[in-house]
Amino acid sequence: MSDNHHDGHQASSQLDQASQVDLDKRQFLIASSSVGVLGCAAAAVPFVLSMTPSERAKAAGAPVEVDISKIAPGAMLTVEWRGKPVWIINRTAEMTAELPKHNDQLTDPNGDVVSQQPEYCKNKDRSLKPNLAVMVGICTHLGCSPSAKLQSKGDMGENWTGGFFCPCHGSKFDLAGRVFKGSPAPVNLVVPPHKYLTENTLLIGVDTEDKA
Amino acid sequence: MTKETVLEKNKSGLTNVLSCGLAWVDERFPLTSNIKAHLTEYYAPKNFNFWYFFGSLSLLVLVLQIVTGIFLTMHYKPDANLAFASVEYIMRDVPWGWLIRYMHSTGASMFFIVVYLHMFRGIIYGSYRNPRELIWLFGVAIFLCLMGEAFFGYLLPWGQMSYWGAQVIVNLFSAIPFIGPDVSEWLRGDYLVSDATLNRFFAFHVIALPFVLAGLVAAHIIALHEVGSNNPDGIEIKKLKDKKTGIPLDGIPFHPYYTVKDIVGTVVFLMVFSTIIFFAPEMGGYFLEANNFVPANPLVTPAHIAPVWYFTPYYSILRAVPPFPGVSMLGIPPSLFPGVAAMGLSVMVFALLPWLDKSPVKSIRYRGSLYKKWLAAFVVSFIVLGYLGTEPSNVWGQFGAWLGNADRATVVARIFMIIYFAFFILMPWYTKKDKTLAVPERVTG
Repeated sequence: MSDNHHDGHQASSQLDQASQVDLDKRQFLIASSSVGVLGCAAAAVPFVLSMTPSERAKAAGAPVEVDISKIAPGAMLTVEWRGKPVWIINRTAEMTAELPKHNDQLTDPNGDVVSQQPEYCKNKDRSLKPNLAVMVGICTHLGCSPSAKLQSKGDMGENWTGGFFCPCHGSKFDLAGRVFKGSPAPVNLVVPPHKYLTENTLLIGVDTEDKA
Repeated sequence: MTKETVLEKNKSGLTNVLSCGLAWVDERFPLTSNIKAHLTEYYAPKNFNFWYFFGSLSLLVLVLQIVTGIFLTMHYKPDANLAFASVEYIMRDVPWGWLIRYMHSTGASMFFIVVYLHMFRGIIYGSYRNPRELIWLFGVAIFLCLMGEAFFGYLLPWGQMSYWGAQVIVNLFSAIPFIGPDVSEWLRGDYLVSDATLNRFFAFHVIALPFVLAGLVAAHIIALHEVGSNNPDGIEIKKLKDKKTGIPLDGIPFHPYYTVKDIVGTVVFLMVFSTIIFFAPEMGGYFLEANNFVPANPLVTPAHIAPVWYFTPYYSILRAVPPFPGVSMLGIPPSLFPGVAAMGLSVMVFALLPWLDKSPVKSIRYRGSLYKKWLAAFVVSFIVLGYLGTEPSNVWGQFGAWLGNADRATVVARIFMIIYFAFFILMPWYTKKDKTLAVPERVTG
């Protein structure tokens, strides 16, 4: 069948005599190559998607319950949530009083970059309770975990008012996780979704508005 | 029949068998013609010097890495719970495992040493110039592949440096505008570096990249043998050929002349290599970092993290570039993309060399002082940036308030970063302006 069809065309004007190009055959080759390329692209999709987080990895993000009654004032606790360190810092009154004083040295003192904290923590302490700060201890630069330098001065210099120092590239954050100007980190540390179940029980991974 | 003629007859009999066998193969596979084309009748310039050892040495290290790598995979476990212990098992319990592992880990650093020297040879003698642009581009691709191999391989021991190094590098991709975060999540296969990441890095390290690397090396050598080797004088030996034989007047067959020369290089290299393996396999923390003897802990970053020495010049550039502050009026968020882009550019810019160099001569021997000064400045920048990348950014303390208390090392890194890029960006200008010397017809000593 196809041979007859092809011969019929060869005899007619489909064969461009001047350039010896069989336009019919060329059209067929272009069309079949395009289908072939599309087929290969479609076949690549499962391979590309196989590298995205698996169902098991997605399921590992369960909320974490923390007893916060034993964190002394001026101390912090690190817990694991979704494989990341989450810091809970019990700030003293002096520490929180210091926070607004250095606003002029910060990149984003008021938490205007909305992705970095839930709406209920967009306040001067970046927290639900003024003393208790909850934040993901992962530097917003390239994902290292900054070291706690909670006390003022010390090895961080005379002007240090307490906070965190990232050992990888030298980013500095205050005790509300707000990044100091001149740090390689572009934005403040992330405050994860969290809520208080009771006075002393914190649930990390669930927003305060949510009915958990 | 005398004794001699019997021996002679037997000898010719054996030769006959061999040549018959060879003829049988040659009818089916181009063995003799390939040996001629690539070894016995591949004419290389007769004036190769010290710098020409490093191409064959790169090939030697590649073979060593593949062989030692194969034996390591027989004992290594690419599983986040088992990886660290399996490396220690190789070091302590597997017979000779320590030697094979140290050969592989030292081999990684030696690979970069010989490749950097090989690249430097190409730069000083203009080996990237017309008609060898493709050889150079294949070479740049090999270099990128090698960096990938080093990076993926470094995660496998699952130590603290492995873990946090991978965390930082994968996060570099998240700085790419718009698609970045999805790309880095796709690379990790998880929301953080985890077992999924380790498993796929193992696949890249032992299967995917070695295949690509072998193909690129073949392309590199095929392209080289097509156009012929450059030489320290940067002149084309194919221009002057013997009228009868058609052999370049300044050419000598690669085998036996350069195979013998390269054996000398190999012996000296293996002496240095063995000395490091047996007496300083960690090289004071430069080849194997101290923190990598601590198992990976996703909750604690070591107090000081730095990449292995061969990545530090680019890492310094990454650190030196300040982040983009963002434009809140237009809703453009702050971004660390500029640093990431500068680091990427600092590696990729090598690929542009064939088109940036406008000098009428190829070799440094006939270039003027202007080029030599720029090259010296580049080498110094590369070394200083490399050193600073191994140290924390506050290693030299801070400037006073007059410079906003900036880290001294960061300011120095910024200055040398500018020189590093200026070497490339200004090259069309200074190579044209440079006063060059007359190039001889024939190669010199």
